Parts: sequence; structure tokens; C-alpha cells
Amino acid sequence: MADEKEKLVQVRHLVQTFNPGKKTEVRAIQDISFDIYRGETLGLVGESGSGKTTTGRAIIRLYKPTSGEILFDGSDIAGLHNGSKEMKEFRREMQMIFQDPYASLNPRMKVKDIIAEGIDIHHLAKDDDDRDAQVANLLQLVGLNPDHATRYPHEFSGGQRQRIGIARALAVQPQFIIADEPISALDVSIQAQVVNLLKNIQDQRNLTYLFIAHDLSMVKYISDRIAVMHYGRIVELSTADEVYNHPLHPYTQSLLSAIPIPDPEVQKRRERIYYDASAENDGAERNMVEITPGHFVFASDDEVQGYKDQAAKYAADEQ
Amino acid sequence: MADYKITADSFKPAHIAKEQQEKLGTDNMTFMQDAMRRLRHNKMAMISLWIIIAFIVISLLSFFFSPSNPNTQHLKWNNLPPKIANWSIPGFRGYGVSAGAKVNVYAQNNVPNNVWFVLGTDSLGRDIFSRILVGTRVSLFIAFMATLFDLTIGVVYGLVSGWKGGMVDTVLQRIIEIISSIPNLVVAILMLLVFKPGLTSIIIAIGFTGWVTMARLVRAQTLQIKDQEYVLAARTLGESSVKIAMKHLIPNLSSTIIIQTMFTIPTAIFFEAFLSYIGIGIPSPTASLGTLLSDGQKNFRFLPYQMVYPAIVISVLMISFNLLADGLRDAFDPRTTR
Repeated sequence: MADEKEKLVQVRHLVQTFNPGKKTEVRAIQDISFDIYRGETLGLVGESGSGKTTTGRAIIRLYKPTSGEILFDGSDIAGLHNGSKEMKEFRREMQMIFQDPYASLNPRMKVKDIIAEGIDIHHLAKDDDDRDAQVANLLQLVGLNPDHATRYPHEFSGGQRQRIGIARALAVQPQFIIADEPISALDVSIQAQVVNLLKNIQDQRNLTYLFIAHDLSMVKYISDRIAVMHYGRIVELSTADEVYNHPLHPYTQSLLSAIPIPDPEVQKRRERIYYDASAENDGAERNMVEITPGHFVFASDDEVQGYKDQAAKYAADEQ
Repeated sequence: MADYKITADSFKPAHIAKEQQEKLGTDNMTFMQDAMRRLRHNKMAMISLWIIIAFIVISLLSFFFSPSNPNTQHLKWNNLPPKIANWSIPGFRGYGVSAGAKVNVYAQNNVPNNVWFVLGTDSLGRDIFSRILVGTRVSLFIAFMATLFDLTIGVVYGLVSGWKGGMVDTVLQRIIEIISSIPNLVVAILMLLVFKPGLTSIIIAIGFTGWVTMARLVRAQTLQIKDQEYVLAARTLGESSVKIAMKHLIPNLSSTIIIQTMFTIPTAIFFEAFLSYIGIGIPSPTASLGTLLSDGQKNFRFLPYQMVYPAIVISVLMISFNLLADGLRDAFDPRTTR
């Protein structure tokens, strides 16, 4: 079970507010807590604007969290200052793969220099030959030709660019990678290529992923556990199969019911479950409650029994 | 074609090696090479570029080779028309109109046969050609200084304002608004209270206000670029702000910077010429295109060459810079091509 594994990232009561105290105040993340175990892939799903990307960027400290703790490998990184020594060390451990392969590579830099940017910052290469060799290795690792090192990004296709982005993230040998919708901008045939590449690299290098996406089928394929976000809160967190087969929170059920099914007969009969978000605003205090082992739902005390009944019903159905 | 049979064997999947799939067929071209290729296709811009290069070379050479001293007065030989040796080129024969008749002015004034002035002399007998060379030099020097201010103050100001954002941006933008609300001419006139009229005060006036447009453009572009994912990627890698500016922002701003510089230059040249023309710019006896124009204008109806040639020089210079700027804009940013 996952509980016995070592926790690599622990997010505790993370809050991210933009423009606090002003008219334009946005509470992007409202008190979320979760753990990521070493070597696993945690999928983060939710609708547009639910705070998935903000969560990723807060964890990697592109934003300064308003409050809360982010423990990485045991030390709190939420309060690190830009430019400090600890921050620089942390930057090596955690990396990010971006959504848009066309915006994530500087068009004025050669592929070689894009990939070696991290190597240069952290002085990981002994000399220029070593640097070139490392870049060639990384290009091969992501399935590109080492000759491509002297090319410019605009000459590559979307899938190739995304793999260059992956090579850049891997260049500093991180332990933890946040993949921020890495496949959303790619066409379906290339999506599989990139996801399989990510899985292979995870096995080879024992990486931990936070995989942010809104494509639920892809998330189920790559994730060990899935967290469902809505309005800046995590509403359900469990293993991938549990979330898919036994969704408890009505929002998760609604989200799953929205997946089109590639079978015209079944698709015609598919019924969407609509989620009424107003139930969340009844003022009741809600927390993450463990309904069945390892399956957490964001619920108030009154609602717990209902979820437990439903979980029991799922269990009964399967027997 | 009737005997050609199509069987199942005719169809085989094409085999492409893995390396071939990832192969790129195009030439390896940098952004700059691509832009220069587009610029070379623009005839007007290329002609302008060569004219500007010629102006720069000639005005630099004039430090060492000048037909005569631009400030030496030959009071007996004043208002001589253009003449080139004893060649018979129309307009350069040394003839002028006096009392309705065409006369050889050189002969009238007893100028020795071996003395001639390519573009004639002014009312004090100074060689206009030499004075135009000096004036061009002054104009180009002003252009150089304006570029310098644009690239140092303007670019850095814009980068800091856009990158830092928040309070810093607000304060810096208010300062820019205050500066740009004071007319250039007022600044130049105020400078005369403190400094002697001359190059220094013109340059300080340009340094005070000339970079404002550049700073605004750079700020706007920086705001756009700083949220691009490649900048975020550099931040997650731990790149420092200065390095991000050097490696990511400035290369991607280069087209804006180059184009804006090219538009600043003619403005600065014209500013200097205008100040000199109204008499608060370069003091006499130093020549500048503006003072030449204002001197020549006094005798324009009788001795048109005194004003025509400086006017041609400043016009060609300004048009060349503007056309080159247009060409560069099209070359760097193909989407804006009309």
C-alpha cells in the first residue's frame, strides 16, 4: 500500500491568493493538503480554472504561497527566498514540463543551449565536451537525433518540441517533475508517444510525477493516484481505479459522466450528471475524510455517512 | 496500361528508418539570417542601407580629407556658385545670374583658374561642400548619441519596469508620463539657461526625453514575454533575473529594439537641425545642416544652391533612415507587412 512508502512531497493547508485585499482578489487555491509518495504519479484533474496549474506552480515556487507548508524531502520550501542557496538547490530537485510546446522553448536559442540551460546554471558539466555529451545523451533519451542540437525550435513539430522540453527538465537530474498538461496541446497520436516516454523515463530514473491534466482517460493511464480539484479545493483523492470505478463526490461523478465514449451505441445512452456547486456554499465546515482506506473525500460531518453508504453499496455491487 | 495488374502484393508499407523519421530537411538558419534574407529582398531598404553606409564613411573620411577648412572665410570670394574644375557640367560651371544676364561669377571676382568650390561658397566665402560634410558629421553624431540613450536608458528602464511589475512599474511609468508631458523644445530651451548652446545641451535634451518611446515599447513587450513558458522554465531552473533578461528577454526584444532605434535616429537628426535652424542649436561658426539651411534660406531666391544642397542631404538622410527602418520592421516581423 502507498501508506508504507516514503512521502516525497507533503502539501499542508496550501493557500494561494492573488492580489489579496484588492478588488481583483482571486482565491485560486483554498487550503489544500495532499501527499505525493516517492516513485508514484499523482494525477491532478479538474475543470478549467479549478486551480490545477496554480497548484503546480505554487509547489515549484513560481508563485509565493500565501500560507501553508510545502515539505519537499522533509524540508519546508514554501518560505524560501528567490536567489538563496537553498532555493538554488531546490530548483535542481524539482522540474516542470509545460503545456504549450510552442511557447515553452525560446525561439532565439539553439536546442543545445535550451537543454543545457540547467546544466549551465548548476555547473553540472566539467567542460564544453562534457556539456555536449550530456545534451546528446538527453536527446537520445527522449528519442531525438543528437544532430538536432544545433537546430532552432521552430524547425520541430509539436511532439518533438515537447520532448525537447522534457530533455530540458531532465538535464538537472531532478527527483520530482511537475507535468503541467504536457499533452493537451498535442494531437492524439503524439499524446501516446509523449506519455509513454514519460512512463519509460520514470521507470529508468525512479522519478516522481505530479501529472496535471483534464484528459481523464490519459490521467487514469499514467497515474497511480488521482486528486480531483474543484474551485481551488481537492474534493476527492484516491487510487486511480477507485476514483474511476467508485467515485464518491458528486463532482467527480459529474466529471466522469462527461467523458465521451467512442462507441456510438453506448454514447447515445450516456447520461450527463450535472453538478450543483451551490451545495458547497452552505457554510458547513468540510474536511478531507477517509471514507474507505486510502479514499479521501471533501465532506462535512453530515455528509460522511452518505458517502460511507455509497462506498458500501459499490462494494456490495461487486460481490 | 491494360496489362498492369494490381494485386495485394503491390501494397506494402513504406519502410522508414527511425532516424529518418526524425530527420529535418531544411537548412539550419538562425533568426537573424532569416531576417537578413528578407531584408535583402527589399530593394528600397537595401538602397537606403548603402546610402547610410556611404554617408557614414564619407563623414568619417572628412576628418582627414576635406576640400578646404569649413570655417575659413574668403571674403573676396563670397557667394560663388558651384564649379568643378574646368569641366563643363551643367550647374557646375561657375555661372550665376546677375542683373538678368548669365555671367561667369568666378571671372567677375578674379578667382584664379585653379581655385573652385564644388558646391560654391556662402556669403562669407566659406566652402559649402566642406560645411555640409561637417554638418552631416554632426547629424550622424547626434544620431549615434540618440541610439546610445535608447539602448542604455530606454531598454534598461523598460526591462526593469516590465519585469519587476507592481509598485516599481507604477512609479517608473508615472515618471515616464511626467517626462513625456514636457515638450522637447521646452527642455532644449531650459538647457540653454544652464549650458552654453551647442552639442552638449542638445545631447542632454535628447538624453532627457528621447528614450521614452523605447522604454514604453520595451516594457510592453517585456510584460508579454515574461509570462511565456520559456521564461517560467528558466525560472524553475533557477536562472537569475539578470541572466533571464540577457538570454531570454533581449534576444526576443531585439526586433523591437532595432526597429525603434531606426525610428529614433531621424527624429533626433531632425530635432538637432530644427534647433540649429531656429538659432538655439549649434552656434556659429560650426556648421550643421540646420544652420546651413537657415543661412541659405536668406539668399534662396538669388543663390538657390546655398540652401538646395544641404536640404538634399538632410532629406536623403532622413528618408534613408525611415525606409531602412520600415524594411527592418518588415524583415523582423513578417506579420506586419502590409
